[in-house]
Amino acid sequence: MAAPFTRMMSGRNSAVLLASLGAGTLASGYLLTDSTAAAERKRLYPPSADFPDLRKHNNCMASALTPAIYARLRDKITPNNWTLDQCIQTGVDNPGHPFIKTVGMVAGDEESYEVFAELFDPVIKDRHNGYDPRSMKHPTDLDSSKITSGMFDERYVLSSRVRTGRSIRGLSLPPACTRSERREVERVAVTALSGLKGDLSGRYYSLGEMTEREQQQLIDDHFLFDKPVSPLLTCAFMARDWPDARGIWHNNEKNFLIWINEEDHTRIISMEKGGNMKRVFERFCRGLKQVEQLIHERGWEFMWNERLGYILTCPSNLGTGLRAGVHVRLPLLSKDPRFPKILDNLRLQKRGTGGVDTAATGNTFDISNNDRLGKSEVELVQLVIDGVNYLIECEKRLERGQDIKIPSPIAQFRK
Amino acid sequence: MPFGNTHNQMKMKFTSEQEYPDLSKHNNHMAKILTPAMYERLRSKQTPSGFTLDDVIQTGVDNPGHPFIMTVGCVAGDEETYEVFKELLDPVIEDRHGGYKPTDKHKTDLNPDNLKGGDDLDPNYVLSSRVRTGRSIRGFSLPPHCSRGERRAVEKLSIEALASLTGDLKGKYYALKNMTDAEQQQLIDDHFLFDKPVSPLLLASGMARDWPDARGIWHNDNKTFLVWVNEEDHLRVISMQKGGNMKEVFHRFCTGLTKIESLFKDRGHAFMWNEHLGYVLTCPSNLGTGLRGGVHVKLPNMSKHPKFEEILKRLRLQKRGTGGVDTAAVGGVFDISNADRLGFSEVELVQMVVDGVKLLVEMEKKLEKGQSIDDMMPAQK
Repeated sequence: MAAPFTRMMSGRNSAVLLASLGAGTLASGYLLTDSTAAAERKRLYPPSADFPDLRKHNNCMASALTPAIYARLRDKITPNNWTLDQCIQTGVDNPGHPFIKTVGMVAGDEESYEVFAELFDPVIKDRHNGYDPRSMKHPTDLDSSKITSGMFDERYVLSSRVRTGRSIRGLSLPPACTRSERREVERVAVTALSGLKGDLSGRYYSLGEMTEREQQQLIDDHFLFDKPVSPLLTCAFMARDWPDARGIWHNNEKNFLIWINEEDHTRIISMEKGGNMKRVFERFCRGLKQVEQLIHERGWEFMWNERLGYILTCPSNLGTGLRAGVHVRLPLLSKDPRFPKILDNLRLQKRGTGGVDTAATGNTFDISNNDRLGKSEVELVQLVIDGVNYLIECEKRLERGQDIKIPSPIAQFRK
Repeated sequence: MPFGNTHNQMKMKFTSEQEYPDLSKHNNHMAKILTPAMYERLRSKQTPSGFTLDDVIQTGVDNPGHPFIMTVGCVAGDEETYEVFKELLDPVIEDRHGGYKPTDKHKTDLNPDNLKGGDDLDPNYVLSSRVRTGRSIRGFSLPPHCSRGERRAVEKLSIEALASLTGDLKGKYYALKNMTDAEQQQLIDDHFLFDKPVSPLLLASGMARDWPDARGIWHNDNKTFLVWVNEEDHLRVISMQKGGNMKEVFHRFCTGLTKIESLFKDRGHAFMWNEHLGYVLTCPSNLGTGLRGGVHVKLPNMSKHPKFEEILKRLRLQKRGTGGVDTAAVGGVFDISNADRLGFSEVELVQMVVDGVKLLVEMEKKLEKGQSIDDMMPAQK
């Protein structure tokens, strides 16, 4: 590992220690060091002068933040010098989203979730259906052999996909990272990925350096990501220095793909045409485990703890960070008035085939799990498989002129 | 990043080389001037309010180039930015402002009586006249860097000061976040309303944070004098009216500005100004006078003339579309204004506009009649 990063290693080790200790140890955080000017500024502008105007806002942060909480947290910083104002800027700048209640805050590093727990915890609870990080534990399970009935009827399911994110412990997250940290994330990830073999062996395309032909190919494959345009992301400082240290890695078979330094350190995607979700998930788990092994060999690890599972930039992706979904044709069911309720009870969500914030075209929908935290990867993928199979059954029944039933709601969390 | 230097201590753990931005595809003033050695010398510094070098240059790193103009690529977070980071900003200023040296002194002249003529631009050609500038209030951070509390304090001070204006300058303040639909529509119809910036040049510098908190528009009852609060600068001051009486526009501009300045002084706040840089504003391109004086003028024949650009250059004028910067001209109507901001006084700049537009209109009339304008070519000012 490069020498300048060894000093950071001790920071990383303490972060590891603190993270594993979990709740409460960093509750006090570090106070902003007082230079005279900074102290003067604090005196002139007490927290009440800086409290954001959230009266027109509708996001989880705005629902949870009070002047009292703000006053207690405003002057704290994480060990990487990240502040509360920086966490909430995106929620202040984006009062509401027409389709969904957005989260409205991001983490700048692993410690954000601890130092600013007084605000993150209620936001997590709100977003993740009552999951309480103070008292509950999140299960991680990447054993794909446990999946049953993972092969869909391909007359209905056009493609299957599982995605998640992973953060490299010891390096700040995309809202906060410096250029050299971001470049280090790229280096760590690309080095690890170059060690993948067999059906997982592949190559890296740096966003800033790819040729026009490579770019066109990636667009045609639907792999290319571009500089974020959503103000939810740009207001969270994630697009700084674009396209420095951003890139795409994919295997030669084009069914295992990694995005580097977009909204998270890494986004991992396993996908293929057709309905073999079991195989998609099997490759997903295998690839993830191998990448984890490869970074371990060099002394790195993923951000994870037993309260929050895998740590990602947006609180909405905590836990598994997993979205497993299919593109499925449901021409009759989608017109049935019971469709939303069925989805709801199955804990599934629909999106257009362009992904989040798009509408469905024709009768093809992107159907995926709602939940991320509180259920394991295996549980969520099984839930999607069972749910989608149920939807296909409904579609077939409607085709035959038979009636369908709304299934009973699935339980939120295991006891 | 805005909100103080909290991030700077963190970055010093990494070497300058590791942090240096990739400017290989960039074309802006900052990218032309910054070197790894300069970056190394400046990266450990910060202004008293905590603005750092990376804060200064972020917009230039994020925006490699602009199709029409060479952008500046850096911004100030407070008055001291121009001192602490002078090693970068002085050459940027020199490059941007036609060779203005670090030792040069800038002359301020807001006496409208010193303007000769300007009351007789032909209204058949000159559709409207306008003068704008910006002002920053000493003691507060600038839009890229200010906290919500500071921004609100700037707004409060501005409202108080503007409320004291009387006579033809008496007017009303409309806070962006409180205006009614009817008020909003009226302001749009009057072409007064400004909206959240969409230009990535502005967004990347952090100026749009917390929108629309503490942003607003003040204008007088006659709708000829307008102040924007907390858009790209603390204050943007605009005097405008239909027709070609630039003298009247400039007179109101100077009177209003001088009055506002004394109202702020009464409340213990000066404008940011020094004898080297003149009025200090967020973008280095607006230093000095911060003044853009211009007209909307019909020049359908002139604009097709092969020497149009050359003439403008010699007159030290620039053309824009009637939608302002980054727009194209519509129907032969151009926005013609002074190209300079620093190194010339307000009177001198408006004089250039008045004299230059007068000449352009005469040329237009000649071309209409099918006559040549070759003997009217101006010398380089």
